[in-house]
Amino acid sequence: MSAIATLEELLAHAHNLELEAVERYQELADQMVVHNQPDLVELFRTMVRVESLHVDKVRDLAADRELPRLAPWGYRWSTLESPESVPIGGESYGMTPRRALELVLASEERAYAFFAGVADSSSDPAVHQAATELAEEERQHAALLREWLTRYPAEADSREPLDMDEPVEQD
Amino acid sequence: MGKPQLIMTRHAAKDYKSSVKPIWCPGCGHFGVQAALFRALEHLDLPPEQVAVISGIGCSSRLPAYTECYGFHGIHGRALPLATGLKVARPELTVIVASGDGDAFSIGGNHFLHACRRNVDLTCIVMDNEVYGMTKGQPSPTTGPDWHSKLMPEGTGINPLRPLAVALASGAGFIARGFSGDPNGVAKLLVEAIQYPGFSLVQILSPCVTYRPEERHWKQQVHAIGMEPTTNPVEAGQRLFADDGLSTGVFYRAVLPGYPGTVRARSDDHLAAIEAELAL
Amino acid sequence: MITPISPAGTIAIAIVGSGGAGAITAGSLLLEAAGQFGWYGLMTRSVGPQIRGGEALAMVRLSSMPVLGHGDRFDVLLALDWCNADRFVDEVPLDADSLIIADAQAGDPPAAILASGARLVTVPLIDLADDIAEGRPNIVALGLLARLLTLPVKPLVALVGRVLNRKRLNPTYLQQALMAGHSAAAALDGSVRPPPLATDDGTRWLLTGNEAAALGALRGGVRFVAVYPITPATDLSEWLAPRLHQLGGHLIQAEDEIAALNMVLGAAYGGVPALTATSGPGLALMSETLGLAVASEIPAVVIDVMRGGPSTGIPTKSEQSDLNIALYGLHGDAPHLVLAPSSVNDCLVVTEWAVRLAEALQCPAIVLSDQFLGQSQAVCDRPPTEGASASPRLTARHGVSSYDRYAVTADGISPMALPGTAGGQYTADGLEHNAHGTPSSRAVDHRAQLDKRRDKLLRYDFGPDWIEVDGEGDLAVLTWGSAAAPTLEAATLARAQGLAVKVLVLKLLSPTQPARLERLLEGVRRLLVVEQTHSQQFYGYLRAHYTLPEAVRVLNQPGPLPIRPAAVLAQLLQWR
Repeated sequence: MSAIATLEELLAHAHNLELEAVERYQELADQMVVHNQPDLVELFRTMVRVESLHVDKVRDLAADRELPRLAPWGYRWSTLESPESVPIGGESYGMTPRRALELVLASEERAYAFFAGVADSSSDPAVHQAATELAEEERQHAALLREWLTRYPAEADSREPLDMDEPVEQD
Repeated sequence: MGKPQLIMTRHAAKDYKSSVKPIWCPGCGHFGVQAALFRALEHLDLPPEQVAVISGIGCSSRLPAYTECYGFHGIHGRALPLATGLKVARPELTVIVASGDGDAFSIGGNHFLHACRRNVDLTCIVMDNEVYGMTKGQPSPTTGPDWHSKLMPEGTGINPLRPLAVALASGAGFIARGFSGDPNGVAKLLVEAIQYPGFSLVQILSPCVTYRPEERHWKQQVHAIGMEPTTNPVEAGQRLFADDGLSTGVFYRAVLPGYPGTVRARSDDHLAAIEAELAL
Repeated sequence: MITPISPAGTIAIAIVGSGGAGAITAGSLLLEAAGQFGWYGLMTRSVGPQIRGGEALAMVRLSSMPVLGHGDRFDVLLALDWCNADRFVDEVPLDADSLIIADAQAGDPPAAILASGARLVTVPLIDLADDIAEGRPNIVALGLLARLLTLPVKPLVALVGRVLNRKRLNPTYLQQALMAGHSAAAALDGSVRPPPLATDDGTRWLLTGNEAAALGALRGGVRFVAVYPITPATDLSEWLAPRLHQLGGHLIQAEDEIAALNMVLGAAYGGVPALTATSGPGLALMSETLGLAVASEIPAVVIDVMRGGPSTGIPTKSEQSDLNIALYGLHGDAPHLVLAPSSVNDCLVVTEWAVRLAEALQCPAIVLSDQFLGQSQAVCDRPPTEGASASPRLTARHGVSSYDRYAVTADGISPMALPGTAGGQYTADGLEHNAHGTPSSRAVDHRAQLDKRRDKLLRYDFGPDWIEVDGEGDLAVLTWGSAAAPTLEAATLARAQGLAVKVLVLKLLSPTQPARLERLLEGVRRLLVVEQTHSQQFYGYLRAHYTLPEAVRVLNQPGPLPIRPAAVLAQLLQWR
């Protein structure tokens, strides 16, 4: 894929990245409501709030600019999905809060890597500046999450708690 | 790259999502299918009330209530005729079928053959997880012969069918496969499928985290077809028989005559003349 | 031993022939000519198992009044030949007053037919036909029968020429054949007494019950049909297909009956009144889908042209044995509509009514017709333009906010949003659901929705059309469908003998109307139930849902033979 060349393209990517992160965290929070995991609900709703602020931030950066509308498959991610979204299939209903945080941290790190990559490879000063700013935001997020992770030490978290009940038939 | 436009003047993907929270297990591939569908509908900017999502029974078939579109959660295996009647009666609607490997290829098999053949303009999404998830994990027509389950502890011992080849032989003109872990790729397939003026089939490999956890490896195994779709059914047949079941993209796209009929009007104009025929 | 009785004012003629002799064509032409001349009439047919060239029997009955069914005897049996004709012995009761006309070359009539004591007259039909280019014995026979009935020749010639022109037969030769038969009948002048003509009240129609039902569907607003071919319902769909198209509608031949009804539901969900037609085996396949229509509250009409059951049964013969599956064949508690026409004419009225009711009540309606009604050709009065009415479907308006598809309303009917209506989006579901339509397994929701689906039927005012009542008396007969014909005729005969009889013909079988029937049965001390089943399905239904008088008797016989008026009359007379 060709590099992101203009500020408008970058912001279009950033906007989509944050928006999809919000939607994905909302989806994860809803899953955990349905599957009766209040700790995880809290965690993901927090991420919804955090990422919503990021969406606002990107919109502020965009100001009055007209951003290009890209097809869903037109984004230049190096990953299959948007970097900041927890990949489809990564979650499970019995996952520990530590595991959930690991997924979130990985998302932040991928987002950081994306923006840092754009910053590094761009010769456009506006793109470089914005990408650097956005990368820094993600780096701070990742740091925050590493801090949260310390509250859920790995030693205490060997594997997902066993659900003794068999899966249930429905329709 | 399109002409620059303001982002927020059209439908957004979330406009297609209802407030009903899915019951799918966290980790289910169907979340990816749902995301792909909403992105496709957003890309096409279809008003939600002009779209109808029709389903049968199974985890796949819970999708309609999770959308803001019109929906019909029908009975097992019968989504395709339900959708056919709707589309013929209301040709201006965009009609999408949400089905699964059991719903479409087992009990719905007969309807599947004839829907391919009839070529009414609708899009059939089959979320294929090679298992019956709703009923606690039995083999489906796409399950391999050696997969052990409670109902068939030694495995079925019979080969799965090749649904895309069946679709080709039955006359379908648009045949594609996607992977739910790639919602953007699937969105692209769905956009093409919806725009295709006839019956379009999109099989989406969608891992079942509860009964087929090994399917998470599909993510590493799927790969693009790497070829443009062919318009030649013989060539398509060869590709589909050589296919490893894990390649994604559009295999076949042909120009076919559309289904020759819809409800065009609901008039009474000729009723008197029809009655007059019966007079002595 | 049942004594056959024939009321004054009808004449019954049967034509039998095989191997492509054209007996059915002759019978049909005879009926049409007679109808044009001024009689009411009915023609039924009976055939052997062959697709072509089999033995065939046409049975025509004419009268000055509408003919609903066959009587107890035939006045004339004309045989084009006697091949395999003993198959039909039970269907053509003859007696010493009957006339058999046959060609001597055909050999002797079957012994069972001669045993009736009927008078045999030979006419050289074959030789007469051979003398004419393209001459056919069935056309010669038609000319002969026309003379017997004193039908005028010119209109007959014109009719035959017009109808058989479609089969590319030369009208000149047809005319010669007709005249040859007409002349040959001179020797038989006065042998039979044709009934008086009907007083001319206006237009009469010639149609079958299947055609009438199809027209009823169109009148009711059906513009989408999906069907799978099945005997004896296929000709209903075949008549319907081009005419539906003329009205802007569409017919799909589905891959099976399950697909057919699901397509109907899809179209109805989209807002287009829709219908399918089938017979017993198809209705059995449709059971689950009918339940879906009930649960998701989608209107649909299924016409079941009943045939001999169970299983593949007797596809070309009539029976009333699908009553149970129509009433009770859905799993779960699934209230729905079941209606039954009682005559060829009534097939139109009841089908139209069923369509309108299904739309108003947002549920499926099964119309129980049968092979006898469906495939009888009748000369009958044109039904009135405005059929039995019901309100149109209640739909939700555009831009509705916070829409609850299955809201519990006072009359149980909730507005249905049609796809395309902004703000009305909902998911129709076979799963139990709450008022909004979201799937629910909660007791309160199941109870509320079960009550809704039941109450919308119970609270509906079906008006006077749910039953036909004829006469008064403390001896009553309760029946339905094609069993009404012999019952009404028997009642007429009974009254002629001084017996007061009240006949009640049920048209609406579900939901039941127990209070209304109770009022109609006030003063009735003896009740005869008449039905064409082996296991007394109708009687079982009456016992389950209605309060009956103390003295009840049942006259039931399965198909394939129709119930005869004499059989009903014998029961009534035993009870005077």
